[in-house]
Amino acid sequence: MQQFPCPFCGLRDEREFHFAGEAGKTRPDTTKQISAQDWAAYLYNHQNPKGETREVWIHTPCAEAFILKRDTLTMAVLGSEQLRKDAP
Amino acid sequence: MSSFRTTSGGLIDRSKPLAFTFDGRSYSGFQGDTLASALLANGVRVLGRSFKYHRPRGVWGAWFDDPNAIFDVTLNGVTIPNCPATTTPLIDGMQARAVNAFPSAKHDIKGLLDRFHALMPAGFYYKTFIWPNWHLFEGMIRNMAGLGRLDGELIKGYQSAQHHDRCDLLVVGGGGAGLAAARAAAEAGQNVLLIDDHPELGGGLFRRALPVEGQAPADWITDQQSAILAAGGRILTNTTAFGVFDHNMVGLAQDHGFAIAPSLWRIRARRILMATGALERPITFANNDRPGVMGLDGALEYLARYGVAAGREIALLSNNGFANTARPLLENAGCKVQLLDARQGPTTARGKILRAVDHNGQRIPSDTLLVSGGRTPVVHLWRHAGGKLDWDETISAFVPGKAPQNMNAAGAANGTYDLNDALHEARALALGTPAPAPKTPMQIPLLQPDTDSKARQWIDLQHDVTLKDIKLAARENYASVEHLKRYTTLGMASDQGKTANMAGLAAMAQLQGQSIPETGTTTFRPPFVPVPLELYHGARRGQLFNPLKRLPLENHHRNAGAALGEYGGWLRPSWYTDTSAEIRMARASVGLLDASPLGKIEVMGPDAEKFLNFIYYNTIATLKPGHIRYGFMLTEGGIVFDDGVVARLDRNRFVVSCSSSHVAAVAAHLESWRQDGHDPDRVFIHDTTANWATITLTGPKAPTVIQALELGVNPANFPHMTWQAGRFNNTPLRVSRVSFTGDASFEITLPVTQAGAFWGAAHTLAQQQGGGPIGIEAVSVMRAEKGFIIIGKDTDGETMPHDLGFAIPRLKKTAAFVGDRSLHSDTANRPDRRQLVGLSSNTLLPTGAHLVAGKRSIGTVTSSYHSPTLNQPIALALLDNGAARHGENVTVWHMDSETPATVTAPCFLDPLGDRLHA
Repeated sequence: MQQFPCPFCGLRDEREFHFAGEAGKTRPDTTKQISAQDWAAYLYNHQNPKGETREVWIHTPCAEAFILKRDTLTMAVLGSEQLRKDAP
Repeated sequence: MSSFRTTSGGLIDRSKPLAFTFDGRSYSGFQGDTLASALLANGVRVLGRSFKYHRPRGVWGAWFDDPNAIFDVTLNGVTIPNCPATTTPLIDGMQARAVNAFPSAKHDIKGLLDRFHALMPAGFYYKTFIWPNWHLFEGMIRNMAGLGRLDGELIKGYQSAQHHDRCDLLVVGGGGAGLAAARAAAEAGQNVLLIDDHPELGGGLFRRALPVEGQAPADWITDQQSAILAAGGRILTNTTAFGVFDHNMVGLAQDHGFAIAPSLWRIRARRILMATGALERPITFANNDRPGVMGLDGALEYLARYGVAAGREIALLSNNGFANTARPLLENAGCKVQLLDARQGPTTARGKILRAVDHNGQRIPSDTLLVSGGRTPVVHLWRHAGGKLDWDETISAFVPGKAPQNMNAAGAANGTYDLNDALHEARALALGTPAPAPKTPMQIPLLQPDTDSKARQWIDLQHDVTLKDIKLAARENYASVEHLKRYTTLGMASDQGKTANMAGLAAMAQLQGQSIPETGTTTFRPPFVPVPLELYHGARRGQLFNPLKRLPLENHHRNAGAALGEYGGWLRPSWYTDTSAEIRMARASVGLLDASPLGKIEVMGPDAEKFLNFIYYNTIATLKPGHIRYGFMLTEGGIVFDDGVVARLDRNRFVVSCSSSHVAAVAAHLESWRQDGHDPDRVFIHDTTANWATITLTGPKAPTVIQALELGVNPANFPHMTWQAGRFNNTPLRVSRVSFTGDASFEITLPVTQAGAFWGAAHTLAQQQGGGPIGIEAVSVMRAEKGFIIIGKDTDGETMPHDLGFAIPRLKKTAAFVGDRSLHSDTANRPDRRQLVGLSSNTLLPTGAHLVAGKRSIGTVTSSYHSPTLNQPIALALLDNGAARHGENVTVWHMDSETPATVTAPCFLDPLGDRLHA
């Protein structure tokens, strides 16, 4: 059982969290023409890095999404930060 | 009769004799014995039969490493299968029976199988039973497989307690190193937990039988124990660390005795010190599986703990210095001991039960052959945690290498075999100071098997893997250790190769001309010793396995005689009287339904409209306050994720009514998009499902009941898909004119505190109109009559909204929405998409049946009922290009029978909506 630090609630067991995707992916502006390739890349192409990664997780009890930095190889947790750009 | 009880010594209580039976014969032992030690004390030689060849076997070890003696044990009417005899404490009245042997371990009728061993090499099973058909052999083989027999009886109260705890330092192993480390850490103020799997602390100090730092072992152990407790440390005995999991969570199984469920401890340890000791390593020689061949450490354990000498005439085959220190201990117990050097050979065990040893051309008469081929540090937990292993040439063993985070190893587990060195090392690691260099390095040469010998040399005693099988695996190129393991089943027995694996690796390395580290080890996986599945289960059973969500009105439904069932995690009324009668009643007058699980997620804020317009497939921006719209939420892949209605309460406030079973998922979906893609300060999401009850009145008399309830709303001026605010008992509520049945329906949503009073009033008024409560089953049929879908039942993982007849937003909506681009992919544009249709037939169609064209499936029946309203079978289906096939005949295939059906529109009742708008 891993433990993740919710930036709002502190260290909690992994079962309280829900994975929401890799961080840093921007949704294409779909009011414009998007090629099938670009849309497929947005939907399906993931980095899946071996080692350090930045991911969006949601802490289910407080419903806050945040960025979790961790190492996919060692399972080490490297830190978490709020998702908001203007976070203090 | 060769092993015997010594006249004194051991940790047993000789004043408390215990009676027991083994394979039907009566024996006696003492308090403190294990089943294995008591049988050895009685001179019993054959304690089990091997798995494949049914060869007679004695014990190899004295603790969890023994692969041979496995019993089904009965006590007070309770039978526990597959008890290791070496770790099962003896209790008065136990009846033990060797597994895999009939009628007894000594005389096993399947012992004949061994004569045919040449026909049964490794892999014979895979090669033989494939032709002509595995199923011909399956029954016979399944009968032969497995060890103990379950009696099928549940043990009353057999439930594992679940503990969650933490500590600064978890010390695994209460031998010399573990005790020293735990004391040092506890006295330095650390929160220490020390565990050991034996009933008493001390580990290998008993069998060593030499003073420890100037004290008798028992006194030294007691001193450490008192000091640890005095410094606030905790000690758990009879407790095994069976696995290290992510982020330093260690699973502990605490044994409470025979037929009592062990407790599970999930310990979050800041640091782990592995002081798990080392195991005796076997030597590969001819007939090394015969009863009477035993590990040296095992023999010393029997002597020190249980006062049992392994034999009278002992040959001691060894490649290391432990044999020299062991010799006087055995001689003091009255045994005759002859040392044999394992580096000289060959060695052959003589006799079906050992009578002599041929060694280096000499025949040595002996009843017992003790074997010490070096030691194997117990590094399982190290590998569970992701630590690396290094090969130590001087002691010919894998020792802990690069450490996992926050974990250390000390003592024999770390390859530090000298006790004083181990104590220094353990104390230093406990305090986080550098460990001193060992003062007394030990040399243990590597023993390699004679791979040219034609004799039968055992590698894995329980699974009967011999050197010949390893050779066969190498010849057939199953040379990787992981392949070797699976091909020969080496190390796959209940002991998981604790003794066998190193012998197997040495043999494979020799055959491949490689070093052992080049050959590598197989993966170490939890659990370290077998644990009952109950351990993980605990109280998570019955209702606690997956707790139901309960309706505020559950007691009202029970009092009304409802049959309750689980629907999407909620316990809801299935029916009150009879589903067909309820449907006819609701269609003729009025039905009353508890729809409280229906999602009620409020979306508020200045960006709420923009946000929902993005979330929904349908346009929400044009929805006026007071109005309600039906719509779909899609995934980004364009697949229908949820359907339901959204009501606009005012300019900046909406209520999303999602599917009853889907509320948590929809709330999470909304939160994810709110925070990751929108300005979270301008839209807020609040799930109020649990706070508000929803009660639906449906049917032609529903407006009459609404009128009589005097809620302050006017049903005569209440168009479909609008809502009005009202009051009941001075409590504000919402009345929504929406319908899931096809009849005029009103959903009343009010705080749960008023739900009981409202239900009572509505129930009485409905009965006055000839109506009454209806269950979920009735609604399920009524919605199908109208062609209304249930997401996940009438849709699948490929269904897009235009497959359900909702094509307009896909073509017209200009604003961005979730899944929009996916609705214009090549797949979305295919002409043969699977689309929702109705099916009309003379007989009730099976749900899930395929619609077929020849032998090809072109669709499935998703919902099928007998319609009491229409008095005919109705069905919904997903059919390739279904929208263009209305009127066509199709074949429904199910269990080799075919039924004709006609494709129709999905709506069977009131297609023009006269009833709906009535």
